[in-house]
Amino acid sequence: MALLFFFIFIALTLGITAWAARRTRTTEHFYAAGRSVTAGQNGLALAGDYMSAASFLGIAGLVSTTGFDGLIYSTGWLVGWPIVLFLIAEPLRNLGRYTFADVVALRFRPVPVRVAAAIGTLATVTFYLIAQMVGAGSLIRMLFGIPFEAAVVVTGAVMIVYVLFGGMLATTWVQIVKAALLLAGATLLGVLVLARFHFDPTALFAAAAERYGDAVLAPGKLVSSPLEAISLGLALMFGTAGLPHILMRFYTVPEARAARTSVFYATGLIGYFYLMTFVLGFGAMVLVGPDAIRAADPGGNMAAPLLAELLGGEAFLGFISAVAFATILAVVAGLTLSGAAAISHDLWVNVVRRGVPESDEELRVAKLATIALGVLAIVLGISFKGQNVAFMVALAFAIAASANFPALLLAIYWSRLTTHGAVASMLTGTVSTLLLIWLSPTIQVDMLGRDTAWFPLKNPALVTIPLAFAVGIVVSLLAPEPEAAARHRQLARQMLLGPDA
Amino acid sequence: MNRDEEIAALTRTRARVAGALTAVAIVIYFGFILLIAYAKPLLAVQLRPGLSVGILLGALVIVGSWLLTLGYVRWANRYVDAALDALRK
Repeated sequence: MALLFFFIFIALTLGITAWAARRTRTTEHFYAAGRSVTAGQNGLALAGDYMSAASFLGIAGLVSTTGFDGLIYSTGWLVGWPIVLFLIAEPLRNLGRYTFADVVALRFRPVPVRVAAAIGTLATVTFYLIAQMVGAGSLIRMLFGIPFEAAVVVTGAVMIVYVLFGGMLATTWVQIVKAALLLAGATLLGVLVLARFHFDPTALFAAAAERYGDAVLAPGKLVSSPLEAISLGLALMFGTAGLPHILMRFYTVPEARAARTSVFYATGLIGYFYLMTFVLGFGAMVLVGPDAIRAADPGGNMAAPLLAELLGGEAFLGFISAVAFATILAVVAGLTLSGAAAISHDLWVNVVRRGVPESDEELRVAKLATIALGVLAIVLGISFKGQNVAFMVALAFAIAASANFPALLLAIYWSRLTTHGAVASMLTGTVSTLLLIWLSPTIQVDMLGRDTAWFPLKNPALVTIPLAFAVGIVVSLLAPEPEAAARHRQLARQMLLGPDA
Repeated sequence: MNRDEEIAALTRTRARVAGALTAVAIVIYFGFILLIAYAKPLLAVQLRPGLSVGILLGALVIVGSWLLTLGYVRWANRYVDAALDALRK
């Protein structure tokens, strides 16, 4: 049954890809869907890009086994969106073309800035891809019973087809279909749960408290240290505004107003979805039971599929499983496209060719980069089999928040930022995040089996975000760059009115 | 005012509003996180059976964040876009 729904989804999305391939001829089509995406479509596509399997299966599982603690993640994943809207979306759309590095490179010497931005982008994309691929492998093995390695190869191959032939247009529509399916699936599941509690969510929560104690409705031991909670919160809140595949979406709409409106739609859709995770998680806790959920998968990831099977039988289980797979497939497609843009647009065209590519070269390199990243994702996915993927998502958010966000924010709003400051901030953010994760308890204690870790926090954002800002500011103040400040004044008009002004 | 001054003034206004709303979003979310860290008993209080303060505040953080984006979009659609249209003329 699951396979049937899965094949329907694959057939539908490959049809979309064939349709999109006929419309994808130029570089602008490949990276930015010809800037033809409407605000409503982009709102759905942003939601599709953002709601990964981690949010659907992971949070439902976390809530069903720990109660309130899981909800801390539901809120954390949403609060980055207002930041994206207020600070980033409109200036990004008006100043750049394909990647967020465009915005930073506009004011500074382009070569060093592009290299540093590409390093941050590729680091973020790689860790996010590993997490999604490993998640895809285990999930598909659990749901469909095919081997882990085969599942990873299928995911990588289908994703390469979407991106290679359909570019951003196909990726956008895969996101839209996936977001609609995910929202419909979550809603249906939520309604079926609430129907058993007279459509009163508090009756559901009360039933959970009655069976498993009042403690499930209050903070537990997940957030044992306040510093840990604040650090994770910082990574989630500011990481969203530095995720390359999310930022790239703002180039697919015709102008800044559509970019603005699309974030409002996306925030509403994602917020609704995370509110539903309250119902799905507690529903699985009461109706399926934490022990049965842990027995199916120690990580709790099977909570939502088990709940679907209980409430709607095998057909509904098949539907929810196919939705979960579609979710992973769509997210890796968006990630790969943004990685390919960093390699082709930032590194090849603007660094190797100094901004003057041979004809059609940018598109050709982007397609080669897509295949290379797809193969890399498959290889990494298989070699990281069985690893804890949650920390890799946290790592991707921490790098995005520390390497990409501070430099982007300063480049847009601070006239005294210099080339050296921007590069130093991006490199410091990337290197310090990787280093502190390496020294953290997650790697030193949990993975390497040492007794203690040199750095106490699992998530380094509390240190690395302020550090990246401080380095960018101090380096800029030490050696001012009058041309960069003058460019900031010249760009004020374009920042408001767009590239045509 | 000449055109450059108008652009500078609009840039400042937008930055002020965006900065203030960002501060509100940060206060809401980290207020919630600090309550989780330091006021666990308060969040455990049940206002009615099943509805703990923690769950209510968690839902309000989500709804509140969305309302902030609604407020900004309405303000920008009205005020910023009108000013931009005037600048384009």
